[in-house]
Amino acid sequence: MKDTDTAPAGARTPRLAGRGALIGALVLFAIFAVLPFAAHAAGDPFFIVTATRIIVFAIAALSLDLILGYGAIVSFGHAAFMGIGAYSVAILATHGIGDVLVQALVAVLASALFALVTGAISLRTKGVYFIMITLAFGQMAYFFMVSLSAYGGDDGLTLYDRSTLFGAPLLDGDIGLYYAALAVLVGAFFLLRAVVASRFGRVLRGTRDNRVRMQAIGFSPYPYQLTAYVLAGAIAGLAGVLLANQTEFVSPAYMTWQRSGELIVMVVLGGMGTLTGAIAGAVGFLMLEEILSSLWVHWHIVFGALLVLIVLYTRGGLAGLAGRVFGGRRR
Amino acid sequence: MTNLLLLQVLNGVQFGILLFLVAAGLTLIFGIMDLINLAHGVLYMVGAYLTATFTALTGDFFLGLALALPAALVFGIVLERLVFRQLYDRDHLEQVLATFGLILVLNEGVLMIWGAAPISVPIPEILSGSIPLVGPLRYPVFRIVIIAAGLLTALGLWFLVSRTRVGMLLRAGASNAPMVSALGVDVKRLFMLVFGLGAMLAGFAGAMVAPILSVEPGMGNNVLILTFVVIVIGGIGSIRGAFVAALLVGLVDTVGRTFGPILLQKVLDPSAASQTGRTLAPMLIYIMMAIVLFARPSGLFPKKGGA
Repeated sequence: MKDTDTAPAGARTPRLAGRGALIGALVLFAIFAVLPFAAHAAGDPFFIVTATRIIVFAIAALSLDLILGYGAIVSFGHAAFMGIGAYSVAILATHGIGDVLVQALVAVLASALFALVTGAISLRTKGVYFIMITLAFGQMAYFFMVSLSAYGGDDGLTLYDRSTLFGAPLLDGDIGLYYAALAVLVGAFFLLRAVVASRFGRVLRGTRDNRVRMQAIGFSPYPYQLTAYVLAGAIAGLAGVLLANQTEFVSPAYMTWQRSGELIVMVVLGGMGTLTGAIAGAVGFLMLEEILSSLWVHWHIVFGALLVLIVLYTRGGLAGLAGRVFGGRRR
Repeated sequence: MTNLLLLQVLNGVQFGILLFLVAAGLTLIFGIMDLINLAHGVLYMVGAYLTATFTALTGDFFLGLALALPAALVFGIVLERLVFRQLYDRDHLEQVLATFGLILVLNEGVLMIWGAAPISVPIPEILSGSIPLVGPLRYPVFRIVIIAAGLLTALGLWFLVSRTRVGMLLRAGASNAPMVSALGVDVKRLFMLVFGLGAMLAGFAGAMVAPILSVEPGMGNNVLILTFVVIVIGGIGSIRGAFVAALLVGLVDTVGRTFGPILLQKVLDPSAASQTGRTLAPMLIYIMMAIVLFARPSGLFPKKGGA
């Protein structure tokens, strides 16, 4: 019987070292910062919409990396938190509350609460049970929104106005929303970096690498893992707030398990446990999706086949490959 | 009221039996090969499509079924050789990723071959119609056939696992595969057999629902999640657990959807009751799963000595 808790894929694959990851992230942020100007100059101002979407998913992937990469907690229901964040915006907006601060606060509290309740139950189990249970809880949230006909049910809910800040329509323009999303991404990155480097983060990583040893030296992994789970859920909820504003539409489809699977793919292919990798993974995933879907209707076949081949023939995913090529040292 | 309850209980049992057919293969594959297979729901879908196609070609459901089952078996074995065989010694995350990719490929492949429009399969002439139960109550023959076929399969599976030599190897493989291999058993062939059997069982479930549900792309996705709920409640690797949990999930889901709103009417006004009932009913099985896991983190029938 393999134990996912003691042998995560990330633990044995070499990964890019901490300083390299920080530089990589700063380069990515710099590119993001000048992107609107470049898109404008290149005569493709609509690229900013795609870029906003990429940033939103990068935030969600970043939060998943905290639990997946640093905690070896394979959560297959992460999209539910994004959905809860998005629905917080839409539901508050239908009741006339359009202030982004109130919406974000409610979104963070709601997704954190959902993470606390479901995490408290799921984290009692390990390995493959945990994967299936988070999957099932994600589906539960999905079916709840599907059958909640008061707020659109299956059809979703249209957002007639983007959120405001103290009454000012700061997010109405695509550029304003883009930079707001970028600010959240940068903030989340440095927050999670600090969390990972803290004593709390060390306990989390220690549990990932060897749960039994951590218990032997007197740590109980459960509260640490649960805290990480709740934090990750809250940040994903924040990403949902941005997603709702970007699409100006909210639907249960945001919470499907396929979406959760896509988030895992982003984190793993980008490189688990580096934070930067999650951002790079989101960029790569969504760009590939954008390109493939414009080439062929049945692009899912190519995408799925690529995924299978990558797992089968490059041990540790693209990140493992990059780690071997660049000779990164093991943390 | 009692009649309605009886009908819904029968529907619940029928649904549970179908879930069991899919779950049995999945729990065997997990228990013996330690493989988490997200693509198992796709095998159910492929079974339904194969049955629809062969039925349309031959003009006879039974002939279609007889052709679809070996085809599903072969399909499962081909997948095992191409993909799954290389995943047995990987960790669960890699298995999740690869089988997730496989779902994308197979769902889209089905969409390409058969199109997005649902296909309907006519209920065979002999099994159409309904039989009287009690009083004025009648029940469709085909659904009774599904229940009977499922129970027979469960019985056959029990016999195979607990009374035959192959079953002995399966049980031994589930508790310690390396040891079985060391004793000179061809574990690779055993794994292939288990995978083929699982694929055929899932395909059989898909075949049996083809005449009563529409056959459409993505039909395996929801079944997959329900199957996960079933094997998590039952205890991963336990066929007996899968049987009990499948019936439990089938009954709670079916009966809950009908009687949830009715029961709520006693405490709420009718419109609020139907609204709340419709919102809560789909969540019932997940709540049940949460309760079971809270009390018993390894399910109702945990594997001895294992996870």
